Amino acid sequence: MSYLTLLIILFGLIVAGYQIGQRRAKAVKPKLNSKLPEHKLHSLPGFHGAYVALWCGIPSFILMFVWLFLEPNILSLLLEKQLGEQISGMADGKVELLKSSIRRAAENSQFPVDTALLAVVESYKNIQNQANIAGMVLIVSAAIIGLLISQRNIAQRFMARHKVEYIFAVIMLLSSLVAVLTTFGVVVSLVFETIRFFDHVSVSEFLFGLHWSPQIALRADQVASSGSFGAVPIFAGTLLITFIAMLIAVPIGLFSAIYMSEYASPKFRNIAKPLLEILAGIPTVVYGFFAALSVAPLMRGWGFELGLEISSESALAAGLVMGVMIIPFVSSLSDDVINAVPQTMRDGSYALGATRGETIKLVLLPAALPGIVSSVLLATSRAIGETMIVVMAAGLAANLTANPFQAVTTVTVQILTLLVGDQEFDSPKTLAAFALGFVLFIITLGLNILALKVVNKYREKYD
Amino acid sequence: MTDLQQRHQHLQKRYAAERRFKAYGLAAIIFALGFLAIMLVTITVSAIPAFTQTYIKLNVEFDQKVIDKSGERNVVEMRKSDFQKIIRQGIYDLFPEVTKRKAKKKLKTLLSSEAGYHISSALLSGDKPDLGFIDTKREIWVKSSDDVDSFIKGFINRDIDEDKRRIKDNQITWIDQLQADGRLERRFNWDFFIFADSRSPEDAGIRGAVVGSFFTLLITLVLSFPLGVLAAVYLEEFSKPSKITDFIEVNINNLAAVPSIVFGLLGLALFLNFFNMPRSAPLVGGMVLSLMTLPTIIITTRAALKSVPPSIREAALGIGASKMQTILHHVLPLAMPGALTGAIIGMARALGETAPLLMIGMVAFIVDIPQGVTDPATVLPVQIYIWADSPERAFQAKMSAAILVLLFFLVVMNAIAVMLRRRYERRW
Amino acid sequence: MSENKIANKYQVRDVNVFYGDKQALFNIEVDVLENQVTALIGPSGCGKSTLLRCLNRMNDVIDVCKISGDILLDGQDIYSKKIDVVELRARVGMVFQKPNPFPKSIYDNVVYGPKIHGMIEHKSDGDEIVETSLKRAGLWEEVKDRLDSPGTGLSGGQQQRLCIARAIAVSPEVILMDEPCSALDPIATARIEELIDELKEKFTIVIVTHSMQQAARVSQKTAFFHLGKLVEFGDTDQIFTNPHNQQTQDYITGRYG
Repeated sequence: MSYLTLLIILFGLIVAGYQIGQRRAKAVKPKLNSKLPEHKLHSLPGFHGAYVALWCGIPSFILMFVWLFLEPNILSLLLEKQLGEQISGMADGKVELLKSSIRRAAENSQFPVDTALLAVVESYKNIQNQANIAGMVLIVSAAIIGLLISQRNIAQRFMARHKVEYIFAVIMLLSSLVAVLTTFGVVVSLVFETIRFFDHVSVSEFLFGLHWSPQIALRADQVASSGSFGAVPIFAGTLLITFIAMLIAVPIGLFSAIYMSEYASPKFRNIAKPLLEILAGIPTVVYGFFAALSVAPLMRGWGFELGLEISSESALAAGLVMGVMIIPFVSSLSDDVINAVPQTMRDGSYALGATRGETIKLVLLPAALPGIVSSVLLATSRAIGETMIVVMAAGLAANLTANPFQAVTTVTVQILTLLVGDQEFDSPKTLAAFALGFVLFIITLGLNILALKVVNKYREKYD
Repeated sequence: MTDLQQRHQHLQKRYAAERRFKAYGLAAIIFALGFLAIMLVTITVSAIPAFTQTYIKLNVEFDQKVIDKSGERNVVEMRKSDFQKIIRQGIYDLFPEVTKRKAKKKLKTLLSSEAGYHISSALLSGDKPDLGFIDTKREIWVKSSDDVDSFIKGFINRDIDEDKRRIKDNQITWIDQLQADGRLERRFNWDFFIFADSRSPEDAGIRGAVVGSFFTLLITLVLSFPLGVLAAVYLEEFSKPSKITDFIEVNINNLAAVPSIVFGLLGLALFLNFFNMPRSAPLVGGMVLSLMTLPTIIITTRAALKSVPPSIREAALGIGASKMQTILHHVLPLAMPGALTGAIIGMARALGETAPLLMIGMVAFIVDIPQGVTDPATVLPVQIYIWADSPERAFQAKMSAAILVLLFFLVVMNAIAVMLRRRYERRW
Repeated sequence: MSENKIANKYQVRDVNVFYGDKQALFNIEVDVLENQVTALIGPSGCGKSTLLRCLNRMNDVIDVCKISGDILLDGQDIYSKKIDVVELRARVGMVFQKPNPFPKSIYDNVVYGPKIHGMIEHKSDGDEIVETSLKRAGLWEEVKDRLDSPGTGLSGGQQQRLCIARAIAVSPEVILMDEPCSALDPIATARIEELIDELKEKFTIVIVTHSMQQAARVSQKTAFFHLGKLVEFGDTDQIFTNPHNQQTQDYITGRYG
């Protein structure tokens, strides 16, 4: 008996519940001609049907999910009880291994197990079957009981519509709580792992240490197996690349926005604006590809001609490409805020004989400054959190340098390289990734909140 | 007079400054768009070689002793036999003068190492394949190795030192002779769209990644669209202003700005390690991406709900529709195009997302095309990333071609979103 | 009702309405008689629309709106817990200032109310209701061949008649009209006024209007509001020819408004 069968049975019961509810409601509809509400059916038969169906479905589905989580645990307990003295004194890991091989043997008769265990496997199969049937009976009877009880409520003045709508509203509320749960999940998982990381490495070493080499020795008993986790070079690298990116994105984005909103003809604007926005829609892995395989070799070549030593994975190439990616984030928000400056301010400036450029520099930009600042903050947060460009173009070397021609590494690159492919989950190496993630989360969150505050203040000024 | 001249000069200066200022603006836009154009052109140009593949014509003797040792014509057994061997023999036959072991080894590397496998699966497909080819000599086209392919496409320069190139002098002679005999041909590389990833560039395709992306997006859509729409309806229509509502709204806005890699950390810690869900599965990838897409869908759906005029609500309420009926029968259907547009934009973003999927292990080398949402899979952008790490020259073209395919899907999705918006945008 | 005496449909007793801190209506007392047209007039912002929206509890939608006092419909307090607002609105239909047909077909517009109130068991029931409602609203001849075309494609006057048809399709006892002609041209207005006169045979009508001529033409009773207070309430003839109150006199003679 599988969950599919169960689902089909439940679905059938729900449909039956709907039909029964509807029929019963139709049957209690005696005085159709009376205008008085007391004599009419309060809710449409369909609502009565839905009421019964919901009562049939919701408890049984909740029960099913609970069972889904409980069943393996119950089975595992029963199995341990059965193995009894066989496992007394065994290490936890070995017990788990034994249990999992018994489980697999129960699933698949081809699976080779110790013949001594065959009896256990057989009885485990039995227990499993019984548990399965018990769960099934429990869930189906919950559905039937729900159906029977709820259909008794159906009466002329029974407010089925209110009940059904209430349940719907609750479902909607729960959906909107998913966003909160996600934030909660992010914070909890980051905090939890970060605390575990700080069991191994002190906070001050992590935040102020100058050396980053998270390599772990192969054997746990080796000397100095913990690597070193001074994250300053990573933070510095992140800042360097972000700085280069903003150096590109802010002037270009701002000038684009100014040109779009003040100089461009509507026709030019209609074409150029969506084109600029394409830059934001291109997947970052594409930028990473371009940075690593086209821009970086090109820069290396130019650097060579100029007598400069540019590393093939330079901060410059990654920062430049990232800057281009960020341009639309600066330009479209700045464009909006410049447009939002009231026309009267422009008129006032023109009336004094100022040129367009002077009006922009002396009137519009100061007025739009808070909005522009917040767009820059948002773009910075984007740049700090960007992963693929730096992974593909910036490299892994944790150099503490301000030289843009050298390879540096960033927070996101380290998170990725520390975790990808790694199965072990307790080593300081993997935990370090969560600590870095936590730092990243706090910084981007701070920037976003700051940006929102700035822009809200600005709104108040003009509303 | 001088005063006037001074004024005039001053004005000239101001106008010059004005022109410069304007020029900076235009230059900024040209720089940004120029970068975009150069990037797209570079990618397109480097993608072109991936769409063709070099084939070599061989006369192959289907020797029964090799491909059907038992002589029982048992198809299942025959599939296991060494077809590569008879194909190797085919190229040895073309160059009978090559006898030394070392030279023969060089000769056979002109062929794709998977060529035999493809020939056998083409000839022995189905339950009852026509076995008439056994013990006959047939002319067949087989794939060349990626080095030959690169050489034909001109990526390997024959004038540089022999040690520095992957195709040696004697191989060049053979290739030239094959070409002279009309035994070399470049064909459209359909396999790129049919195969999944492979260690040999000539056999690597994107089908596995496309299917993986499809499954992942399917999960994303199925989870995030209903949740997002329901949440948007609740926040826009039902919630009363309160601390809790404010908190939910702040949460949604902040989630929209959290770096994607943090979602990857969440997926790793929560879904994989806590709930023990399968690694590399589109199911988990879709769950992570749906959490990322949720804010987009909620925000756009709310905007769409807001744009439905209150008069529609009043009309429905005035006839005695309940609030829920008003929303489900009238407001939500009118807001649906907006919500769908938001969903498509969110899906397009999810399609290009790489980092969080790397974290949950969708980066594995997978040669099978996934059959379901729990099979290990990879997705298009991750496939690009994987190929970017491969040393072979041919993978770079594959990667560019995969980017083109990815961009094609994005263009299609965005075009649908724009069309929806144009078509159903209502001015009230 | 069987006697000649006209029954009280609505009894409004000592009603005060607040929007947050602002009081919009002060101690209102009005009786609405069955099968009559009662007009609520007064300068804009005087609270006449607020009172109208209290009569079918449309103000419930506004969170900050609070109401005290009693509004009795057939002797039953409509703000009591026992009353389901949905059933109340089925008994008290409403027509709004701006025609607001659903962006659906004419047929679906009319049939929507009967559908959600369970008045339709077979499709033929719906067809019948649509025909009688459109006929009663005087729109049938104009639209009978294009019932499937969207209601939003009609002219303004037709749209408003469609909204009236939609309101009467659920066979309400009362129809509330909130300046139903303010968005219409004079010809369409005349058409609607005619219709109101016909409809009062079957329905009790309360109409808010800013046009005194309209009130004089269509109503039997008139209530004059000013700054949230009921200044004068009486027979329309009396109000317009011999108002007891100086303010009323000034208003109807056009001294202010």
